[in-house]
Amino acid sequence: MDLAPLEQKPGRETAWWSGLASAKRTPASGSKPLPRPGAGEVRHAELFASSREASGAGLALAFALDQAGQDDQRPWLWVQDAAALRLSGRPYRPGLPASLRHRLLHVAAKSPEDALFALEEGLRCRDLAFVIGEVAGNPKALSFTASRRLSLVAEVHGVPLWLVRLDAARDLSSARQRWQIAAAPSLPPRWNPAAPGAPAWHADLFRARSHPPGEWILRDDGQSHLVAEWASPPHHGDLVRAVGDRSLAAG
Amino acid sequence: MAIWCARLAIDRWQLAEGPRADPVALISESAHGPRITAVNAAARDAGVRPGTMLTDARALCPDLAAAPADPAGDLALLESLALWAQRWGPWSALDPPDGLLVDVTGVAHLFGGEQMLLADAAERLGARGFAARLAIAPTAGAAWALAHYGPERAVLSRASPLGGGGRRAAADGEGLGRQTGPHRPAFGGPPPPEGEDLGALHELPVAALRLDPATLLVLRRLGLKRIGELSGVAREALARRFRSVRAPAANPLVRLDQLTGKVPEPLLPVLAQPPPLVQRRLLEPIRHRPLLDQVLGDLADDMVRVLEGQALGARRLDLALWKVDGEVIQRRLELAAATRAAAHITRLFAAKLDDIDAGFGIELARLTASWCEPLALSQRDFEAAAEAHGTSLAACIDRLSVRLGAGAIRRPEPVAGHWPERAQRWLAPLDQGRAAQESLAFHARPLKLLDRPELIAVIHASPDGLPRRFRWRGSLHEIVRAEGPERIAPEWWRERGAARLRDYYRIEDAAGRRYWIYRHGHAADGRGGTPEWYLQGLCS
Repeated sequence: MDLAPLEQKPGRETAWWSGLASAKRTPASGSKPLPRPGAGEVRHAELFASSREASGAGLALAFALDQAGQDDQRPWLWVQDAAALRLSGRPYRPGLPASLRHRLLHVAAKSPEDALFALEEGLRCRDLAFVIGEVAGNPKALSFTASRRLSLVAEVHGVPLWLVRLDAARDLSSARQRWQIAAAPSLPPRWNPAAPGAPAWHADLFRARSHPPGEWILRDDGQSHLVAEWASPPHHGDLVRAVGDRSLAAG
Repeated sequence: MAIWCARLAIDRWQLAEGPRADPVALISESAHGPRITAVNAAARDAGVRPGTMLTDARALCPDLAAAPADPAGDLALLESLALWAQRWGPWSALDPPDGLLVDVTGVAHLFGGEQMLLADAAERLGARGFAARLAIAPTAGAAWALAHYGPERAVLSRASPLGGGGRRAAADGEGLGRQTGPHRPAFGGPPPPEGEDLGALHELPVAALRLDPATLLVLRRLGLKRIGELSGVAREALARRFRSVRAPAANPLVRLDQLTGKVPEPLLPVLAQPPPLVQRRLLEPIRHRPLLDQVLGDLADDMVRVLEGQALGARRLDLALWKVDGEVIQRRLELAAATRAAAHITRLFAAKLDDIDAGFGIELARLTASWCEPLALSQRDFEAAAEAHGTSLAACIDRLSVRLGAGAIRRPEPVAGHWPERAQRWLAPLDQGRAAQESLAFHARPLKLLDRPELIAVIHASPDGLPRRFRWRGSLHEIVRAEGPERIAPEWWRERGAARLRDYYRIEDAAGRRYWIYRHGHAADGRGGTPEWYLQGLCS
């Protein structure tokens, strides 16, 4: 996901190649990827969230919808390992976004190893729009090597992966964006201010390859796009570090 | 040719259990107790008849042994017998429960005449242990009648054995398409004398017309007991008497015309469909995995070629490996969609061959496609890169189900049900499911549902007000917004009458976390104590 246009809603431009299948967009493995507009698209992101709320999966779906758009009618894959399934529940079709609910393929993996296998096979599949994974904790199988494998497969095949890490510590990973997600109070709905409104998320981008970190409140605008507002005002004055009591050699 | 295995059930039972000298009866359960369906020779000598109750038969024959009947097994045996009977003719049809019809038009001279054909059939059936009565006639109806009620090994070689001069000629003209006619003696034996044939069918009882019991009762009350008497009655009278019944089994006129060949009687032939099968006999038994992979790859290539020739794709493949010591290793593979990709098949089987023990070596490998679906030849993609890139959805599902198990990957489908956990069910990933009416989405639903609703402690406005605060998994949530209740009644067609309703609330706590909780019952419903609260869903 490219955050720069995300802040300039609603004038978001759609890339000219959005109607083509991702298989056609990405060259076969072995050759150098072509530069293309919208290169800020993320193929592998990790979302750290608590298992006491469904905000991680909810935001992953919102990200995927925001990136894929409405035209893509291919199925998508949701992989959960047993611990994630037990802690945070199973996908419920009537509650999924209307444009996604009929295309869901769900994989209930018994172990994190099986979940990683399913994620990788899903990323290799040219008929999938995107893949969402949910893995609880910090299993040994999800090492830096494993995440590097996922990143490479996702980039070669052009299928984005949103990996939700439930109750996990921020271990080593090669994900292109890493977010800390928590639920945020929703805006009161128009007709019943006492009811919960459309979901909102407090998203803290703490590590990203092509974007400076920051904190936002993200909301779904109703047309499957995300709108963002700063959760904490940016510190434009901090570009130059404060001069401290240290030598110049220390940087 | 009609074959009537008069004692098929008991013959099959004796072939399985060995011949018995003491009286044995096969029984089936009926509303009034066990009823006898078949008896062996000793029991028949003792006076036991099929159709009587077992208790009545035991009064006649106290040492009667009883065994359960197996009509489905008998039918399966009959199907295999029908295929086997195609040795005497190009096609055969079932005549359940215990008969076969074989088309022997123009075949008899291969066996040296009709009598020799019948003798051959009787001998071979006898060698297999089946008592059979056989007959050859121009029409299926006449052959059936002769096999069941006629003399032993009767041969009838005229199309219209019943009619007078003019009618017979007409019937001969129509019967040309089926069998016999004037050309028959050219390749058959000499026809039996004419008078004998006429008498043969005339003297048969009306039951030989394959009529149902009610119609037989009517005919008996009318005093019509033999086929000859029936053809003596004016045709108009019979047509008027049975004008309201169309089913052949209830209308003697139709059956009579089928007997003489005036009305065609289509039969459904039994066709053997051997599954696509490829095998490799190995000169040297193989004991090592790389060689086995090579053999498997060759088998997959052969299978793909066979399937391509029949425009089929495999859905289920069975691999059988015969070891030198006689043991057979079997592996089965189910595919999500019909496929003809050799590399895909090889790869999926390779994951299943890790645990086999070759012992002294494998000498025969056989691959069978036991379930196929039509798969037309398709054009390749214009862009070779797009086709080679990644895997297809079906291949991805196959790989996942081989590694994770068949039920691991599934697809949700909406179901008409009141309770949320019953409003969806899980199908195989490429299963289209049933067409259903889209439910009206008045209410918001959570993104995820816990497999078991979890008990929570709630403080709420009394007696049935909004929840204010709850404790779940050890921590306290302050509810700042709530919407509800949405009352969902139990499914009366599935639950007991005393089941409690559910009042659902959609809530948001102070941190913005959104949940879906319900109160199970309400305080004044008289169906239990204080209602308990559960947390069932997590909203995004």
